[in-house]
Amino acid sequence: MSFIAKPKITHPGLPRNEIGLTLRDYEGSMSTLCAGCGHDSVSAAIMQAYFELSVEPHRVAKVSGIGCSSKTPTYFLGGAHGFNSVHGRMPSIATGANAANRELQYIGVSGDGDSLSIGMGQFSHAIRRNVNMMYVLENNGVYGLTKGQFSASADKGSKAKKGEANAYSPIDPVLLAISLGCTFVGRSFSGDKDNLVPLLKSAISHSGFALIDVISPCVTFNDHEGSTKSYAHTREHMLETVYADYVGAHEEIIAQVQPGEYRQVTMHDGSRVGLRHVDKSYDPTDRIAAISYIEKHRAEGAVVTGLLYVEEGSAEMHVTLGSAPGAMSEIPYEKLNPGAEALNRIQGRWR
Amino acid sequence: MKSSNSSDPDHFHRVVDCQWGCPAHTDVPRYIRQIAQGDFTGAYLENRKSNVFPGVLGRVCDRPCEPACRRGRLDEAPVAICRLKRVAADLSDDIRDKLPPKGKSNNKRIACVGAGCASLTVANDLLPLGYDITIFEQHDKPGGLMRTNIPSFRLPAEVLDDEIDLIVERGVDLRLNTQIDSMKQLLEEGFDSVFVGTGAPRGKDLDLPGRNDTDRIHIGIDWLESVAFEHRDSIGENVLIIGVGNTAMDCCRSALRLGGKNVSVVARKPRGWFKASAWELEDAEEENVNILVNHSPKSFVVEDGVLKGMTFDKMHYEIDDKGELASSEIIEEVFLPCDDVILAIGQDNAFPWIERDIGLSFNKWDAPDVNEVTHGVELPGVFFGGDSAFGPKNIIWAVEHGHRAAISIHKYCSGEDISERPPRGMNLLSTKMGIHEWSYSNDFDDSERRQMRHVELTERFKNIRIEVELGFDPEQTAKEVERCLNCDIQTVFTEKLCIECDACMDVCPVYCLTITEDGEEDDLRQRLRAPADNKDQVLYVSDALPQTGKVMVKDENLCIHCGLCAERCPTGAWDMRKSQLKIPYASKTLEEEVNVS
Repeated sequence: MSFIAKPKITHPGLPRNEIGLTLRDYEGSMSTLCAGCGHDSVSAAIMQAYFELSVEPHRVAKVSGIGCSSKTPTYFLGGAHGFNSVHGRMPSIATGANAANRELQYIGVSGDGDSLSIGMGQFSHAIRRNVNMMYVLENNGVYGLTKGQFSASADKGSKAKKGEANAYSPIDPVLLAISLGCTFVGRSFSGDKDNLVPLLKSAISHSGFALIDVISPCVTFNDHEGSTKSYAHTREHMLETVYADYVGAHEEIIAQVQPGEYRQVTMHDGSRVGLRHVDKSYDPTDRIAAISYIEKHRAEGAVVTGLLYVEEGSAEMHVTLGSAPGAMSEIPYEKLNPGAEALNRIQGRWR
Repeated sequence: MKSSNSSDPDHFHRVVDCQWGCPAHTDVPRYIRQIAQGDFTGAYLENRKSNVFPGVLGRVCDRPCEPACRRGRLDEAPVAICRLKRVAADLSDDIRDKLPPKGKSNNKRIACVGAGCASLTVANDLLPLGYDITIFEQHDKPGGLMRTNIPSFRLPAEVLDDEIDLIVERGVDLRLNTQIDSMKQLLEEGFDSVFVGTGAPRGKDLDLPGRNDTDRIHIGIDWLESVAFEHRDSIGENVLIIGVGNTAMDCCRSALRLGGKNVSVVARKPRGWFKASAWELEDAEEENVNILVNHSPKSFVVEDGVLKGMTFDKMHYEIDDKGELASSEIIEEVFLPCDDVILAIGQDNAFPWIERDIGLSFNKWDAPDVNEVTHGVELPGVFFGGDSAFGPKNIIWAVEHGHRAAISIHKYCSGEDISERPPRGMNLLSTKMGIHEWSYSNDFDDSERRQMRHVELTERFKNIRIEVELGFDPEQTAKEVERCLNCDIQTVFTEKLCIECDACMDVCPVYCLTITEDGEEDDLRQRLRAPADNKDQVLYVSDALPQTGKVMVKDENLCIHCGLCAERCPTGAWDMRKSQLKIPYASKTLEEEVNVS
C-alpha cells in the first residue's frame, strides 16, 4: 500500500457524466492490495461503468464477504452503502437487503474462495432465487490472503509459485451458474477493460441475478509461468466470443457490423445490449449450446469471454414473490407492522 | 507515432517547465528542495551556477519560469519561484570559499565593455580558466542597468554590490569612470578577445510640439539613472509618465518617493496591451498610481517656459473576435496638467563609439548582426551580449548571453571552432528509497500561493532606499516549497517490464496515462483518458508492450509527479528518476563545483 493518499487534485478538463459527476466522484479510499493486483483494475472498471451509467453513488449498495476481492468495495464508490459480511455469506446479506429495499442497485463482490468453497451453497441459492443484483466474482485461482494455496477454481495441472501442480479439477463458476439457471452470465478479464466495462454496464441493467466471472490475476502468488491464471496466460488463451456493447435507452447504436453478426437484447429498463458475435456459431440465448461450447473450449485450454448466456424477460425475486412495490423503508410503519391483532388474524387462517 | 527518445536531454528537460522556460536553465526544483531541507547555501550555489546573480534575480527577475510553471495549469497560481530564490540569497552563508579562485594566468587578455550583468557573467565564467579580464565602465560603480535603472526600493544597492564583489574581487581589473570612445583604439590595445556588453542605453524620445521648450521633460532611463546616482532628489507634485512598460512602473514609483503627489501612468492602448509585468503593475497600483488608458500623446503645453501639462487624443478601439485591435478612432482631445513628464516608451541600442569602417556592418536598427548561438560578429574575436546584442530583453537573458559568449571566447582563444558547441547532457538517477519511499516529497500539497509581505504604505515613501518587499518568512517559505511539483523527478518507463495490469492508469489522479493501440499523434491525443489538448506539452510514448503490442502513452501536461504510478507498479516498469541537466559552461570547474554539493 502507498503511504500517501491519492491527491484530490485532478485534470481540470475531466469529462462529466449526465449528472455532472467526474470519474473521481466514483472513487473510494486508497487500495491496500498488492501493487498490480487484478482486483484494483476490476474496481476501476466498476467505477467506470457506474460513471458511464450516471448512477448516483448513494443509490448503490455494495456487499462482500471475506478475501482480497471482498476488501475491494472499500476502494470504489465511497458514497455508496456497504456491508462487509462473514466469509461466504454475502449472498444472504444481499438477498436480505434486496428484500428490504428493492430500489437500490446491488453489487456483490466476491472471490473464488468466498464463492466456490465456503460460500458455494449461498452462491447457488442466490442464483436460484434470481436476486436482482450484479455478482462480480474476482477469480484468481489462489487464496492470496493466506499466501497462495490453490483455490477451487484452479485448473488441474496449473503450477503454484513453488512449482507443484494442482491435482484437482476446477469448479467453473460460469458453467455452474448456467446449469443453476442464472439469467445473465458473462466472463471477462481484469486486463481488458474494453471488454469488461460494457459487460458490467449490461449486467447492472439486467433485471435478475447477473454473474460476471472476472479472471483477475494474483500478481503476488499466481502470475508466474505455469500458472493458468496469470496476465500472460490469460491474454494468450482468451477467446472473445460475444462482445456485449451496452447502449443506453436514448442512445443510437453506432456500431458498424455485418448483418447476422449483430443482434440486440432489450433490458428491463429500456436500455439495450448489442451483441457482436465474434464467433458467429455461438448463440448466447441457447443454454444447452452455451454449456457445450464452453465445455468444449475449456477442454482445449481456452478461456471463453464475453456475454455467454442471457435469458430475456426472466422474473427476478420480487416478481416471483409478488412483494410490495418500493422500499420497505418508504412504507409507513403502521402498514409495515400492523400489530398483534393483524398477526392473530393471519395465524387464524391456519387454525 | 514514433516512440519517445528519452536519451535526448531535451526530452526530460522539456518536462521541467520552469527550467525549460528559463533562458539560463536554472534547476528550479532542485534548489527548491534544497531550501526545503534548509540548505540555503546549496540553493544559492545551485542558482549561482546558472544565473550568477541570485540575490538580484530573486527580487527583480522577469520570471519567465512562473508563467511556465505546471502548477499554474492545475490550480491557477504558479509556485512563487522568484520569491524562493530570494529566500536562498537572503539566508545563504558566505560562499566566497566555495567559488573557484582565479586560475593560473594563461596570458590571454579579455576586454569587456560595460560592467553590466553580461560582462560580469563573462568574467565569472572565464576567471577560473586563468584569463586576465579587464572591464571598462563609464560610471563610478559597476552594475549597468541593474544599478541605474532598477530603483533601490526594489533592489537594494548592498545586494547588488555583494554579488558583483563575488566576481570582481577574485581578480578582475575593473576600470571605473572609463568610457570607451573608440572600438578601433580598443582593438589596437592587443586584447585576445573583446566582449561588448553596453546594454541598450538610449531611451526613446517623443518628438511632439513643445518638446524642446522646457527642461521638465525627462527620458525615463536617464532620469532613473540620475536618481540612482543621487544627482536628482526631487520632482514636481504632478507627474505624467508616458508608456506602460516596466520602466514606467519604476519611474512612477520613484516619482512618488521624490515628492510626486499625483502621479499618473498614461497608456496609449487598453489594459490587455500593457507591457509591464502583472506584479509590477499591481505594486504600482497599490501605491495609488493612476493608470490612464487609451490616451495618445499629442503635445506638450508650455507657457512662458513653464510646463503646464500635455494634450492627448482620447482613443476608442474596436477589438475583433481574435482579441486584436481592429480599428481606432479619436473621441476627443483632453488636457492633463502636470509639472514633470517622464518618457518611458522604450529604449534602443546605440553604438556611437564603434567606428563604421572597422569591418562591422550595421543592420537597420543601427546595430551589428550578432550570431544567436556564438554571439560572434563579423570581426573574429569580438562578441556581443546582453541588451547590446539583440535589443532590450532582461537580466536573465543577459546572463545567458554571457555564458554563451564565455564559451565562444574560450574556444576562440584556444584556437577552436566557436560554432562547434559543447553538448548538453542529462543524468537520470532513481529516487527510490524503499517500497513506497522516495527521496523527495511526493505528496501533493494543495496550499495556495503565499503572498509577499510589503512595508506599510505609510512607511515606504519616507526614503527611496527602503526596500518594499520584505521577503518570505519561515512559515511562508515552508508552505511554498511544498507547492513545487518536483517536475524534474521524471516518470521513466521500461516497456519490457510492463505486464499491462493497468494499475498505473487506474491510480493516476490526473489521468495522464493510457495504454492503447498505437497511432499518429493527433489521433492518439484524442484517445487518451483525459483531454490532451495542450500541444506545447509532449506525449511520452513507449515502444510496443510485450503482451498485447499496445503502447503506453503519457501526456506530460498535468502530471503532478506524485509517484503513485511507480508505487502501484508491481514490476518496477515505472520509476521516479531525478533528471539533472548538465549544462556546459566555459569552465568545467563551475559545473563540478556545484554538482558535488
